[in-house]
Amino acid sequence: MKLRFWFLLPARLWMTVLLVAPLGIVLAYSLLTRGVYGGVERPWTIEAYQRLIDPIYLTILLRSFAMALAATGLCLVFAFPAALFISRATKRKNLYLQLVMLPFWTSFLVRTYAWLFLLRDTGLINTVLQKVGIIHDPLQLLYNDGAVLLGLVYGYLPFMVLPIYATLERLDPALIEAAADLGARPLATLFRVIVPLSQPGIVAGSVLVFIPCLGAYLTPDLLGGGRTVLVGNLVQNQFTNARDWPFGSAVSVLLMLLVTLLVWGLLRRESEPLA
Amino acid sequence: MEDPILEVRNLVKDYPGQRALAGISLSVPRGSFFSLLGPSGCGKTTTLRLVAGFEQATSGDVLLKGEVVNDRKPYERKVSTVFQNYALFPHLTARANIEFGLKRQGATDFQSRVEGVLKLVGLAAKEARKPAQLSGGERQRVALARSLVLEPDVLLLDEPLAALDPKLRKQMRVELKAIQRRAGITFLLVTHDQEEALSMSDQLAVMNEGRIEQLGTPEEVYFQPRTRFVAGFLGAVNWIGNVGVRPEATRIARSPENHGARSTPARVTDSVFLGDCFQVLVRLASGEEAVAQVHRNFANFLPGDAVHICWNPADEILVP
Repeated sequence: MKLRFWFLLPARLWMTVLLVAPLGIVLAYSLLTRGVYGGVERPWTIEAYQRLIDPIYLTILLRSFAMALAATGLCLVFAFPAALFISRATKRKNLYLQLVMLPFWTSFLVRTYAWLFLLRDTGLINTVLQKVGIIHDPLQLLYNDGAVLLGLVYGYLPFMVLPIYATLERLDPALIEAAADLGARPLATLFRVIVPLSQPGIVAGSVLVFIPCLGAYLTPDLLGGGRTVLVGNLVQNQFTNARDWPFGSAVSVLLMLLVTLLVWGLLRRESEPLA
Repeated sequence: MEDPILEVRNLVKDYPGQRALAGISLSVPRGSFFSLLGPSGCGKTTTLRLVAGFEQATSGDVLLKGEVVNDRKPYERKVSTVFQNYALFPHLTARANIEFGLKRQGATDFQSRVEGVLKLVGLAAKEARKPAQLSGGERQRVALARSLVLEPDVLLLDEPLAALDPKLRKQMRVELKAIQRRAGITFLLVTHDQEEALSMSDQLAVMNEGRIEQLGTPEEVYFQPRTRFVAGFLGAVNWIGNVGVRPEATRIARSPENHGARSTPARVTDSVFLGDCFQVLVRLASGEEAVAQVHRNFANFLPGDAVHICWNPADEILVP
């Protein structure tokens, strides 16, 4: 009992100081009045939450959900075959895993800037297409929803590949043989056996991709050029340009609440005994 | 052996740096219970996997109902496998596991067929449970039902009883044989347990190092083994010179027996109580060791006693 206490102490302190306390501050700020030069002042009020009812913000929230959902879906479509391939590879398995994790060797910011250089009017893609003569005027590849989606899928793909790979790796190969033995063609085996059994990995990967995509502000800011306002940008904007900390805090609290409910619901479903 | 449902001709399987099968041929009659018996690494499971289509032979042919099926995928072969650890789908109920193959075939009468097979294996009450909620024996029945319901040409069983506890294993032996008779389906069983192979099979092939050492009925391979390996694998043998005698046919006496029995002098080294009998260990003059099973009423032998071991010439096992 004593030992347990001391072993858990660092984690408890860490979580309290760096997670619980800041959350409390955000919650408190959301209930205060906006300061003239940023910051917050008294009195306590729920005005920030009342402003959230505005359809503009609802639209932004819905757009963010749609964007995060699309990014998660695309990640799943790209990640599942890759994870399946790696899990069934007999040689070079570690090499493939290293390749999946390779992007982590560079900062996310730098990698997002790299996309700017690829996609902008004078970027690599437009230059090559023009030189080859396929197009005359540069294509508008940047500063639209597509560019943001691309950036999100690119950035969070490994978070989908790795958990799915982990469940597929534990899948008993005899189950795949059994399916074939019982007359299932490869596609039937995939959708009736492999996909259902990798559900824990799919759920974990989806949560790992969906949540950061929902709150993403760097990717929409750089690749969306500020034209695609997502909820992450809204929050950021309230704390910087708009100097409305209570409202920024209120949006954050709402977002956290929604995500918590969503993940809680998903995990509760997931924790129902599979067997 | 007319009308073989399964034939294997000169089957060779090489793995990198290792020959798993060195050319085996066998022929399984329709409706029979055929076993491949041998120690681990003898090639019996490889043979089964080649018949199921999970692996490709290096050379040789697999024929089902007279047709070469070498190039057919597992889902194109009308055989079905009961896996050693059952390989039940953990996300499906017992019933859904059994329906899996029927649905792939697009069978329309699968309700009644599932009911029938559930009854055959005695699982009707547990059909809504998932594999994790079933006991080892019940899981085994689901695995069996899942394959039986497809009415395969040959049902392949890979050490199906190995994962059960010994008591249940003996009970399932009897049941498996009864199910095979009732269903009228050809069974090809792989096992390393000689009792299992002897008690259930119509015919069995004793395998060793990628070859068939002997093929025959249980009585033939037990009483007329062709090699020392077969004799020894099917049960204990006392080798007295070039002659083998099974312990249950070996007797011990204070003096040589008459009436045409053969005997040789020996000295008792140990006597072990086994409940229904004593196992008396002796050392022959030649230095060879032998074991005799002696009824407890006649087992007043002590280590060091000078005795004779006796046997009938009819019980001798002669191998080249």
